[in-house]
Amino acid sequence: MNMMIDPNTDRKAWMGLLAKACAADLARYWERFGAMPDHVLLRAPEIGGVMVRGRAGAVGAAFNLGEMTVTRCSVKLADGAVGHAYVQGRDKDKALQAALIDALMQTAAAPQIEARILAPLRDTIAAVKATRAAKAAATKVEFFTMMRGED
Amino acid sequence: MQVTALEGGFGNAPIDSAHAFRGVMNAMARPGTIHDLAGATPPAPLSVAAGVVLLTLCDPDTPVFLAPSRDTQALRDWITFHTGAPFSGPDQAVFAVGAWDELPLTSFPIGTSQYPDRSTTLIVELPALDNTGATLRGPGIAESAQLSLPDLAPLQGNATLFPLGLDFMFTCQSRLAALPRTTKVS
Repeated sequence: MNMMIDPNTDRKAWMGLLAKACAADLARYWERFGAMPDHVLLRAPEIGGVMVRGRAGAVGAAFNLGEMTVTRCSVKLADGAVGHAYVQGRDKDKALQAALIDALMQTAAAPQIEARILAPLRDTIAAVKATRAAKAAATKVEFFTMMRGED
Repeated sequence: MQVTALEGGFGNAPIDSAHAFRGVMNAMARPGTIHDLAGATPPAPLSVAAGVVLLTLCDPDTPVFLAPSRDTQALRDWITFHTGAPFSGPDQAVFAVGAWDELPLTSFPIGTSQYPDRSTTLIVELPALDNTGATLRGPGIAESAQLSLPDLAPLQGNATLFPLGLDFMFTCQSRLAALPRTTKVS
């Protein structure tokens, strides 16, 4: 049994959250956070495409699901922390904000970022997901059989 | 991955690479002229000019061969981060980087008669580069030009392969000169 613990689990989680977050929400929370840290762009935000692959039922051979547009960005803060971002869509500001947040999460500012940006984002995404699931659930049709005529 | 591998790319990629491309194009079109390239700072021991050429011309479809003196992990990381180019042996390489003595000239592809473009472009790092020494004649040169080439015989042999053959770029710090396969050296 593989007992390896991935040291990047937390970072994967917040990078995934930033990749999927709505650009307007992220911009609002980032603005409210207020601080624009000193940084240099290692890779300016650039738009490209990636092939999304999937496995039916999470098993079997991977197949190409389709292409999606992503924007990527890499920054370095004044204290040397490097942040990367790959976000969905073509919003360059979002990619830059996500990269800065990734870098800041590796510094002492992490608890603040977590509380003021990541937690609200997580709540927003969970709320959207719950709303959509409830809407879908409302359209569910229950089939039942009065009598099967077996006996 | 070290931070140094992430730094030193083009600050403004569209503009910087367009300037660099024009420099490379002019160097190729007028063999023997020396051009200054700038915009990138690759990790040692690669020269600035060679780094700029790689950033401008390489992408995931162009395998790069690094000669032993340039084959460091820092440089590999730098090329991977900034261009995504894969690394290969000399027989698959589209670009090759190294000092003159360590590039196996006979191992590189020279193209085929159907596809003479499927040959390697060699980026040769020289300790000095100036307009003295060997005489160049051919397309793009009005009368003749002079360039401090590292050797004559292999380059003369390369010109006789036309339309096949290798193309050379000579770099020294930020300076670049080129010697396409059409140029006759003496």
